[in-house]
Amino acid sequence: MTMFEYAPAPESRDVVDIKPSYGLFIDGKFVDGKGEAFKTVNPATEETLAEVAAATSEDVDAAVAAARRAYEKVWGPMPGSERAKYLFRIARIIQERGRELAVLESLDNGKPIKESRDVDIPLVAAHFFYYAGWADKLGHAGFGADPKALGVAGQVIPWNFPLLMLAWKIAPALACGNTVVLKPAETTPLTALLFAEICQQAELPAGVVNIVTGAGATGATLVEHPDVNKVAFTGSTEVGRRIARAVAGTRKKLTLELGGKAANIVFDDAAIDQAVEGTVNGIFFNQGHVCCAGSRLLLQESIAEEFLARLRRRMGTLRVGDPLDKNTDVGAINSAEQLERIRALSQIGEAEGAERYTAPCVLPERGFWFAPTVFTGVSQSHRIAREEIFGPVLSVLTFRTPDEAVAKANNTPYGLSAGVWTEKGSRILWLADRLRAGVVWANTFNKFDPTSPFGGYKESGYGREGGRQGLEAYLDV
Amino acid sequence: MSETGRIAVRKTYKLYVGGKFPRSESGRSYLVTGADGTVLANASRSSRKDVRDAVVAARAAQKGWATATAYLRGQILYRAAEMMEGRRAQFAEELRAAEGGSRKQAEARVDATIDRWVWYAGWADKVPQVLGNGNPVAGPYFNLSSPEPTGVVGVIAPQHAPLLGLVSAIAPAIVTGNTVVVIASEKMPLPAVTLGEVLATSDFPGGVVNILTGHTGEMAPHLASHADVNGLDLTGVDDPELARTLEAAAADNLKRVLRPAAEDFLAEPTLKRLRTWTETKTVWHPAGV
Repeated sequence: MTMFEYAPAPESRDVVDIKPSYGLFIDGKFVDGKGEAFKTVNPATEETLAEVAAATSEDVDAAVAAARRAYEKVWGPMPGSERAKYLFRIARIIQERGRELAVLESLDNGKPIKESRDVDIPLVAAHFFYYAGWADKLGHAGFGADPKALGVAGQVIPWNFPLLMLAWKIAPALACGNTVVLKPAETTPLTALLFAEICQQAELPAGVVNIVTGAGATGATLVEHPDVNKVAFTGSTEVGRRIARAVAGTRKKLTLELGGKAANIVFDDAAIDQAVEGTVNGIFFNQGHVCCAGSRLLLQESIAEEFLARLRRRMGTLRVGDPLDKNTDVGAINSAEQLERIRALSQIGEAEGAERYTAPCVLPERGFWFAPTVFTGVSQSHRIAREEIFGPVLSVLTFRTPDEAVAKANNTPYGLSAGVWTEKGSRILWLADRLRAGVVWANTFNKFDPTSPFGGYKESGYGREGGRQGLEAYLDV
Repeated sequence: MSETGRIAVRKTYKLYVGGKFPRSESGRSYLVTGADGTVLANASRSSRKDVRDAVVAARAAQKGWATATAYLRGQILYRAAEMMEGRRAQFAEELRAAEGGSRKQAEARVDATIDRWVWYAGWADKVPQVLGNGNPVAGPYFNLSSPEPTGVVGVIAPQHAPLLGLVSAIAPAIVTGNTVVVIASEKMPLPAVTLGEVLATSDFPGGVVNILTGHTGEMAPHLASHADVNGLDLTGVDDPELARTLEAAAADNLKRVLRPAAEDFLAEPTLKRLRTWTETKTVWHPAGV
């Protein structure tokens, strides 16, 4: 079959002005950090984008103190209706500067512009818009007549959806009347720092939002800070456990959104082409750097062969490459470290006897890349069926009966999401009841909305982000 | 010997596990004395093995209990109130012996306990309506969030409210479909054992509620670190250092933890416990023709 070649359609990076170096955002101002600066690179080219300050414990102290002052003097006493207006303002500025944020996100993270422009940034604006409206309606949220804020929130977020995770953390915290100190991921700090500028542009009172950049040590200092009332973390289950141990015995309220190993279950009566699309979206969206990725495909045995043939064909049409090219489907792996982990687990998959298929595609010479890959002949004991790979690697297992599908889907310590593909409505509801996961996508996958609660069962963490339920994490209830 | 000269038939206080009344597998017991120092009984002193057996029973019962209809669970909780009402005098006597105070005070606490069952019984088929909701997502999708039980919850029951506090901790966990392993008040375990007898005759499937007596400090760490327990209620842990180590142990499999906090059990409860022992599940489906 001949295919029309795509002409490159790069998005201009002129819309964003990256400074050579960035300080910390504390008490409404950018200040120099006391630690050694570190570099953030474009994972698609390995070029350095900027130098960023690493916050020391002294810097974290200053940020928490600023947040405390703002909580006590300004943001805490402010009527909800006034807080709402600041949040609406922020939502509007995000919409206005959407293209700039999208390009910056793709540069720093490696995700395709198609996704940062059409998914990440619109969801960020929507999230602020949604929680803005709650700020003066908290008494109607089902947590009592006059629920109170907690105080200062320490928030640590990952690199896979940098600005979206910031929105999931900051919007509900501020709506409920808390102030925040947020640490973005070491490899993706730039959109959080641009968000700090947006706070200045919105004239948000000083100290309500503080951004401290740095690596794991900065995050640990923040969550262990004695004057923090609330800790919110999104990231690996391993770090989540450490944080849960660290806050034990304190009064800090904790919410954790951790890893996943979601099953995407396809029955023989599913609309096959839609299920193939959903499978591709489930695992290759955002290079598979998604905690709720559909990384285990469970195929009913009778359709497995046909389904896999169609899946491989579809994988062959995925365009891997320049994140700023509007045609790109799969961008760069976020870091050399993550690439190494994906490679290592894939090699283990082969060594344990699973059969590997990698989409035929030409990868750029520089940068961090991993071609979409699927493993068949995977058994439940294989490490690629148990461990979160956090990359574009799919493990395929088969089943015969609905009971077997449920048993296999739930055979994991994780419980973040699951997918079901079947045309039979009663079967969807039967499965939805039995799957131990916080989000079940039926005949769709990887859908997100600020009104829709997101979060895990079991070792995928606790607490919900989004929706009315998402308020609980930031209220003293 | 009673006033009539008849020799009283004393009760053996045992554990309540999997719907049965075993002694501790360890063969150990400990002396329970009343508020005035009189000897009340030799209660079973449960071991680590008893904790693990109770978790197995709770896990085995969880699926069936969670899939029972809310209407049925509500009726069974209400049945517990009915059964307690019939034993009102016995509970008041046991409570007074354990806690001291007047007969009236003891009766008031028993009545509050019975009423607590009734209150939670009514919640069974309302929790999903109150804690769940549809979500107006920006797209053509049906989207519904509903609460589901967390699973097996370990309860370290309040030390100083051996009946009202106990039921105030158990009822909100089980009404939504969780099953529980309860460590009763160490010094005042007898009302908990009698509660087990009530539950055994209230149509609860065996294993929904499992009650252990013994030394809190000995049993609690095994419950806190057990990999097949999903939630941990630390209300009855009075020692802050023990509470900290139990919470840290619970982090191994990321149990949901309810920390110890001062509570007025006579007041109407908030929904905090119902929320703590449920998970929100959100289901999406496209809408289209």
